[in-house]
Amino acid sequence: MATITQERADMAPASAAAERTPPQRLTQHILEIVSDSGEGAQKCGQIFGSVSAKMGNGVWTVEIIPAEIQPPPRSAPGASGNRIRIGSAPVTNWGDETNLVVAFNEQALLGRHRLDALADDAIVLIDSQWKTHADERIRAEWDAAMEEMSGKAYRFVEVPIETECLTLVENPRRGKNMFVLGLLAWIYGRDLDRIREEIAFAFRKKSEEVYQKNVDLLDLGVKWASENLDFRFEVPPMPEVEPRVVMNGNQAVALGAIASGMELIAMYPITPATSVSHGLAETFSKYGGILHQAEDEIAAAGFAIGASWSGKTAFTVTSGPGLALKTEFLGLSVMTETPLVVVDVQRGGPSTGLPTKVEQADLLAALYGQPGDSPHVVLAPATIEECFHAMITARRIAETFRMMVIVLTDANLATGVQPFRRPEPVHDWFALPPDLSPVPDGLRPFDWDPDTGLSRRFIPGQPGGMHTTTGLAHDEASRVAYDTATNQRSSTMRSRKLAVLHSTMKPPAVYGPDSGDMLVVGWGSTKGAIEEAVDRAQADGLAVSSLHLRFLSPMEPGLRPIFDRFRKVMTVEINYSDDLGDPYITEENRRRGQLAWLLRAQTLTDVDCWTRVLGEPMRPGAILRAIRSHMPAQTTPKKGGAA
Amino acid sequence: MSCSLLHSRSDDDQVFALGDYEAALPRWCPGCGDHGVLAAMQRLLVAEQLQPDQTVFVSGIGCSSRFPHYVKTYGFHGLHGRALPVACGIKMTRPDLTVFVVMGDGDCTSIGAAHWLHATRYNMNMTALLLDNNIYGLTKNQTSPTTPIAHTSNTHPYGAALPPMNPIEATLGFTNASFVAQTAEWIPGHMYATLRAAYRHNGFAFVRILQRCPVYTPDIFQAAVKKPELAELLVHDDGVVVPELDRIYTRQLRHDPGDIDAARRLAEPTDVIRLGVFYRNESHPRYEELLQTRRLTTDEKIQLLNQELDSYAV
Repeated sequence: MATITQERADMAPASAAAERTPPQRLTQHILEIVSDSGEGAQKCGQIFGSVSAKMGNGVWTVEIIPAEIQPPPRSAPGASGNRIRIGSAPVTNWGDETNLVVAFNEQALLGRHRLDALADDAIVLIDSQWKTHADERIRAEWDAAMEEMSGKAYRFVEVPIETECLTLVENPRRGKNMFVLGLLAWIYGRDLDRIREEIAFAFRKKSEEVYQKNVDLLDLGVKWASENLDFRFEVPPMPEVEPRVVMNGNQAVALGAIASGMELIAMYPITPATSVSHGLAETFSKYGGILHQAEDEIAAAGFAIGASWSGKTAFTVTSGPGLALKTEFLGLSVMTETPLVVVDVQRGGPSTGLPTKVEQADLLAALYGQPGDSPHVVLAPATIEECFHAMITARRIAETFRMMVIVLTDANLATGVQPFRRPEPVHDWFALPPDLSPVPDGLRPFDWDPDTGLSRRFIPGQPGGMHTTTGLAHDEASRVAYDTATNQRSSTMRSRKLAVLHSTMKPPAVYGPDSGDMLVVGWGSTKGAIEEAVDRAQADGLAVSSLHLRFLSPMEPGLRPIFDRFRKVMTVEINYSDDLGDPYITEENRRRGQLAWLLRAQTLTDVDCWTRVLGEPMRPGAILRAIRSHMPAQTTPKKGGAA
Repeated sequence: MSCSLLHSRSDDDQVFALGDYEAALPRWCPGCGDHGVLAAMQRLLVAEQLQPDQTVFVSGIGCSSRFPHYVKTYGFHGLHGRALPVACGIKMTRPDLTVFVVMGDGDCTSIGAAHWLHATRYNMNMTALLLDNNIYGLTKNQTSPTTPIAHTSNTHPYGAALPPMNPIEATLGFTNASFVAQTAEWIPGHMYATLRAAYRHNGFAFVRILQRCPVYTPDIFQAAVKKPELAELLVHDDGVVVPELDRIYTRQLRHDPGDIDAARRLAEPTDVIRLGVFYRNESHPRYEELLQTRRLTTDEKIQLLNQELDSYAV
């Protein structure tokens, strides 16, 4: 255990120290800051991530969030903070284990250790005050924690974080994060002017004195690091690229909704979806938008449907439990052909499950959760950038096809922060105002085109269009109709619209060679991790490619011919599946990943799956190991395979 | 009817007659109270000359929720218990439309109770009718929250165990309630006058209409139908006054609808059926007015969005 203490406190000034400690050059690095809740580790990480993005690094930031608002201090499960992966190329996922961690106390660190979050050789900067704390119990906890972590080769660097901060502030809980930001700024050579700008922005509603205090703490951290640390890292920036923006997936959904011309959101608070509404709450009204916080999830869906039916483009945002509650209204949207966009930011389930953590287990519920036949569109953005553009696509499909569209994101996208190409808004993205011209004589509210199932929507207030929209079976004139022929016909018409949409779609592109031994298929937020794993597998000489699906309903076209060119097809998903080889599990009774289940049904291909429900995003290293262990035996060429 | 012309919203050159508001032939049972409510409503539509394409009836599920199909306006016949969220979404989007909501007792006070409470608090300008026959009819005779104690049904063959919910008392307890009235289907003149007062109220007008189900609850209100003295009319110039009822309904109480304490006292359970406007106050905030925004051009939106995107620029 390497330890650096304050012996060298009287060392040379920062610039000299920088020269003395040449940085180690890296293409990517993962660091995290963990503390008790409320100590500001999140803010520290956010500023570090933001500044890194502005300096031209690829960045992926993940919040480390306990479920409670203020869990007890110094508790392993209460660790709160931020995890940042920076790179010299675009960073598409959170990566594997953390390389450097700053821990405000050993319990927060222990929480991360127990989650297997840290690399075996991780550098650990830890507040040394607890080791020699006056409270015997705390000293004992420190010793026990160190003992528990002794199996790893962590390189501990003890830093007197609180002691140093107390030279500037009375309450170190309010300042340690800026001191730590200073440490990290020195270690990674971050631009201090940009950091000061970020601090100024973060505290823009506070006094000049507060700003100065934070900057002083930052400088103190830089100074301490320069005088005491003997390692630095340099992750060079990417070559100058096109203009970029940096945000999380929920912010991207909110801005995408605006860019799509959405005029109304009705929602009910639910983790991890709620922050979509936080951004809109501040700005939506300036665009003429309306945000309605409904009395419950059901009412939010009903309110949005009422708004859509009467001419506003409307959407609702929820997570799994809320999706379940909205189910009946989603069926009504389908039956009445009232356009509706529903964003489901997936979290762990079933029931309340893992409210703050990622899972991709709502796919089948989104597709088939509504009772009766309920054809609708389900699409899943794969990146934060796609969260923005998916809203535009979803709104347009909803309006064009009089359709309910579910957009499946997840907690990984919702809270991950990543820079991406700045969207350049164009007129085409925005919804047109509803057509309120008089309804032509003889036109009926559900005059389905017999080929396409499409029909013109009537809006209340439109002269000549009076009718009652109903969730009961109905005919072209919206009359309640229980007869056999009408129900068959209207069901066909509602379903036909999906086939029409499908006919406009192109087969997805394969990532990597278009034939080989294994095709990894994914959907949603796992794209970056899967493709990184595939890159590594290919570098190791494996004939592995991947395919990522955005549309789950209608399913993207041309999958079977692609699958046939690989000896094995395997999905990688963050949802539950049985592992063959476990007690009682057989090929016959095995419960498979949700996408695997769909693909088997749709393509008659023997699709395998590797899925995990760890409550965290996929690590590329773990996917790579799964690819290796699931590679098809070389002696059994796939039946009918073209490779 | 001269005063009704003051409230006319129709185009000058078009006069709507009763037939202009008639749609499909009602399929309710003979003797169902819903027929009377429909008749009173169509009379109101004519009297107020409401433009059919500017009027929306929203309902849930239940016998009474077929109502929109029988009125030739726009209608939305949605989910059991969920008429109010849809109606609120419509009113928020199109405050210019006249919105009526038709609910049954199971619909409003049981499965949709949360929305009833909150729609009252939103106080959006619409007229909400609770067609209360004290029973689930469409699903064939189950106890509803307003079913009298000891009344037998398919779900309570030995009689309803709990005292019935009092929707008037409940609504008067909800924050921001602005219009609460009760009327009875067997007194058409009173029902019409109450609907008219509700329609003319600026805010969320809640009207409970007591009515008989000829199949499952034919006897519940029979005593009051036969004995006018079992009803007490709440009369006031700011509420409902129906002079032609004076001769039969002699039991009358002058009640100022602005007095919430008196309203709550009068709403408490009693042997007498009180009909009229319990409470009315137009000074309460209306949600749709608080949230209205200006519709921007696409150019204006793009300009704003570019500014916002710039704030996220790297």
